Amino acid sequence: MWTWFHRLASPPWFYDFAGRLLPWLGLASLLLIGYGTVGGLLLAPPDYQQGEAFRIIYVHVPAAWLSLQVYLVMALAAAIALIWRIKLAECVVVAAAPIGASFTALALVTGMLWGKPMWGAYWVWDARLTSELVLLFLYLGVIGLHQAFEDARAGARACALLALVGVVNVVIVKYSVEWWNSLHQGPTISKIGKPSISLEMLWPLLGMTLGFMTLFGHALLRRLQNELLQREARSQWVRERWARGDV
Amino acid sequence: MSRLILALVQREARLWLRRKADALLPLLFLAITVTLFGLGARPNDPALAQSAPAVIWVCSLLAMLLGLDRLFREDREDGSLELLQVSGQPLALAVALKLLMHWVMTGLPVCLLAAPLASQLGWSGAGQGTLVLSLVLGTPVLTLIGGFVAALTLGLPRAGLLLPGLVLPLVVPILIFGSGAARLAQSGADPAGPLYFLAAALVLALTLLPGLAAAALRNASD
Repeated sequence: MWTWFHRLASPPWFYDFAGRLLPWLGLASLLLIGYGTVGGLLLAPPDYQQGEAFRIIYVHVPAAWLSLQVYLVMALAAAIALIWRIKLAECVVVAAAPIGASFTALALVTGMLWGKPMWGAYWVWDARLTSELVLLFLYLGVIGLHQAFEDARAGARACALLALVGVVNVVIVKYSVEWWNSLHQGPTISKIGKPSISLEMLWPLLGMTLGFMTLFGHALLRRLQNELLQREARSQWVRERWARGDV
Repeated sequence: MSRLILALVQREARLWLRRKADALLPLLFLAITVTLFGLGARPNDPALAQSAPAVIWVCSLLAMLLGLDRLFREDREDGSLELLQVSGQPLALAVALKLLMHWVMTGLPVCLLAAPLASQLGWSGAGQGTLVLSLVLGTPVLTLIGGFVAALTLGLPRAGLLLPGLVLPLVVPILIFGSGAARLAQSGADPAGPLYFLAAALVLALTLLPGLAAAALRNASD
């Protein structure tokens, strides 16, 4: 078990491991998002109140969930990078930030498009919307900080510290609808107990979410491979793989 | 330990006394920006008094950003930061004291100037005390967060541009609750809730951020 973890942290081993995993993740993500799209946009019945407009949840909700999960992955990697000084964890921090920023932007844009017909406004100053916007700024801050450093390792560790401080905001986003009287609706889907959404609507949503997760995994591994290649461009293992045509 | 604290405080105080203009600059900035709001709006507009909590809070926040990029830079350039690091004394303590002195010289005057500026915007009497209290609780958090980010960006070529972009998202909750408390008091409601939140944020920031800032400083000098 532990030797497996140690091997995972070694750049050449991880590079090959990611290469083997990538096609499967890509295929799974393609199938799941395909199922979610067909099931959500064509097969699921329209909502009794919102009509067809509710279908945006098939993009909005998974993107919003992922925006938080990616941040948690980033913060966990940040803690690992700072405590054990594992190079790979540093790479995870800087590689996850742009993906998280994309999911956050997607959640914000889809939410705005849905908000116009439903609430009558693209934007309201509401706890959840505001904190999600702050989340986007935090991601952009990590990206900007990383770009400013010339030394990749010092930059990644600075990003890790910043990501850890930003965790406070994730808690605020998650519970904002429960703590404050928010215009944003409360959660309809919980793991414990019966969800207050019909099963025909739920299955495509879960498929879509798993699809987004595998898509995140795919993008993260690809970015990690690139980051490792860039950082270790002069090392022996990169040259070997370059000679094999495996980069 | 108490001698160490005394020595550090004395050093900071002496440094501040030798560049008094640095302490005045944020105040000047705050007074000018608030006045600009007054000039930009319709003369004697009652809406201006209504938005006074937000205006004063945002201007104070921006004023607090001004000196931040110099916070550790001079100590780094003259080598005293390195001496502190190798002295074997807790770096987090030195950082905390430095930030405390920074707040006393920049944050405290900002708090004191808030009530006159509120009157200038046409906000009379009621609730001004809460505005000052919210700033007294909130501005130290701004200094702590700003000090942490200043440590993160220490030595970077574009630190001056990067710093506000990193600090501002992190201080959003402080702004919301600080100006929220002042707004509640202005309309005659009980502002205790947001004030307690600010106090909690201050305790949390005071506990965690000096240590994290010290870690960032060590990272910057590696």
